[in-house]
Amino acid sequence: MWFMAPAFAILLVFFFLPTVFNFVYAFTDWSGFKSSINPVGLENFTDLASNGTLFRSLRVTVVYAVLVAIFQNLFGFGLAVLLERDTLVNRVARVFFLIPVLMSALAVGYIFQALLKPTGGLNRLLGIDYAWLGDTTWTIVVVALIHAWKWMGLSMLIYLAGLKTISEDIVEAAHIDGASRWRTFWAVRFPLLAPAITFNVATALLGSMNGFDVAQATTGGGPARTTEILNIFIYRTFGQGLFAQATTMSLVLFLLVALMAFPVIYVLRKREEVL
Amino acid sequence: MRDTSFLRRSQPVVALVLVVVSIGIPLWLVLVTAAKSQGEALNPDLSLPSEWHLLENLGQVWTQGEVLWASLGSLLVVVPSVVGVLLFGSMAAWILARRATRLNAVLYALAISGIVLPPAVVTVVLLLRQLGLAGTAVGMIGVYMGIYMSTVIFFVTGFVRTIPDSLEEAAQLDGASPLKVFWLVVLPLLRPVLATATILVCLYVWNDVFYAFFVIGGRLDTLPLNLFRVASAGLYLNNWHLIFAYVILMSLPLVVVFAVAQRKIISGITSGAVK
Repeated sequence: MWFMAPAFAILLVFFFLPTVFNFVYAFTDWSGFKSSINPVGLENFTDLASNGTLFRSLRVTVVYAVLVAIFQNLFGFGLAVLLERDTLVNRVARVFFLIPVLMSALAVGYIFQALLKPTGGLNRLLGIDYAWLGDTTWTIVVVALIHAWKWMGLSMLIYLAGLKTISEDIVEAAHIDGASRWRTFWAVRFPLLAPAITFNVATALLGSMNGFDVAQATTGGGPARTTEILNIFIYRTFGQGLFAQATTMSLVLFLLVALMAFPVIYVLRKREEVL
Repeated sequence: MRDTSFLRRSQPVVALVLVVVSIGIPLWLVLVTAAKSQGEALNPDLSLPSEWHLLENLGQVWTQGEVLWASLGSLLVVVPSVVGVLLFGSMAAWILARRATRLNAVLYALAISGIVLPPAVVTVVLLLRQLGLAGTAVGMIGVYMGIYMSTVIFFVTGFVRTIPDSLEEAAQLDGASPLKVFWLVVLPLLRPVLATATILVCLYVWNDVFYAFFVIGGRLDTLPLNLFRVASAGLYLNNWHLIFAYVILMSLPLVVVFAVAQRKIISGITSGAVK
């Protein structure tokens, strides 16, 4: 029994206790400007809701997470299918697509900030001067694409592993039954990838809801706070000494993830069982 | 079938073009910009530098960015976190996998909830202050272990369930203490899954800036924190040649490790995820 003690002690002190504190301090006026901490009820929530910050941050976070999940899986899946055969070219290509996974997300953000500046490399290459990171509508899509670019190599690996586990017999049986390559792929192999899809969609959603580095390094939450995901807000208000507001948003993130992740995983798992 | 063979023949070309466009261009931008003089790097683009200043810039960043201290700071935090989380995590996972009591089922559910739920990053700072660990390496290590303990327990418990327990029983019958059984029998068997977990946790902790900012920001330097500071500081504004020189220095260790152990890492990551 005492074998479990260290792990659970660490979990208790550094994970569960702070989470419990989250539920307490979100209802106080804790800040960097005074030493006493008093309960204030729902004031933090009503403040954040009334100035629109709460719902904007929530919307931005959800939109960002969904976009990243879509892009990262499309890219990862496309790459896995393209690079499936074990040729030399494919092996080399896979290694290259894993480089962004290894790099710091912050570094990735700076690279794309330089590449996408109005006077940056991409606009020169295309001969236009579009402000990729200064558009209040589309910049969130660009940032989500960058996030997906960083992690697509990992999704690719998982999909490759999933494709490898499908036995040759099933594919051959489909061929003998007269199914075309195209049909074999979509009707036989694709459904068998369900576990890989579950894993990839869930990790992409969770990773982007907890995202910070890419958005901070490319836009810092701008323009006009249209890419300000929850963690950027938490980082900013914490830096300003508004600890209670930061805690409140941290609690909101916790509830959002809990509300979003469990149903998603449940639905995806159900789909696996049907097969 | 003619179009399939055409697809087959064009596949390597498509793969190579994709690598060059999607990975090559960003990495090329880093390399050429890091090799330019300040004036040339003001507007980073894909052109070759008129004179190569790569070593000079790397040297400047090495001294000004205090890369050596930051690397030591990173190592000081990463190594104990990874070793600790793997050791304590697999100790707990071993028991959780082998003793199927109702209490253990509840404990397991609690232990892996951290995979999904986001850590309470603001209140953990408050807790660390109360414990006198704020801004210390010990506090940071604890927080990282708390965050990634769930992942390790999840992976290792799943793995332990797939290995037969006859070896452990034999060792027990021979009179070995639980500690001996774990250290001499179980831990060596866990090598594949521990390799996977090491890679993942190293990747996250080495590149993390968000949690580090809250816990040790301003007290202890790590590589990503330093990059963040360097890039956000007005001093470095538009000093893209230095930012990218820093990116090169910081990414090099992981890229070298990856290049050496590439095959193992790829099979490690993929074998863990899709089961």
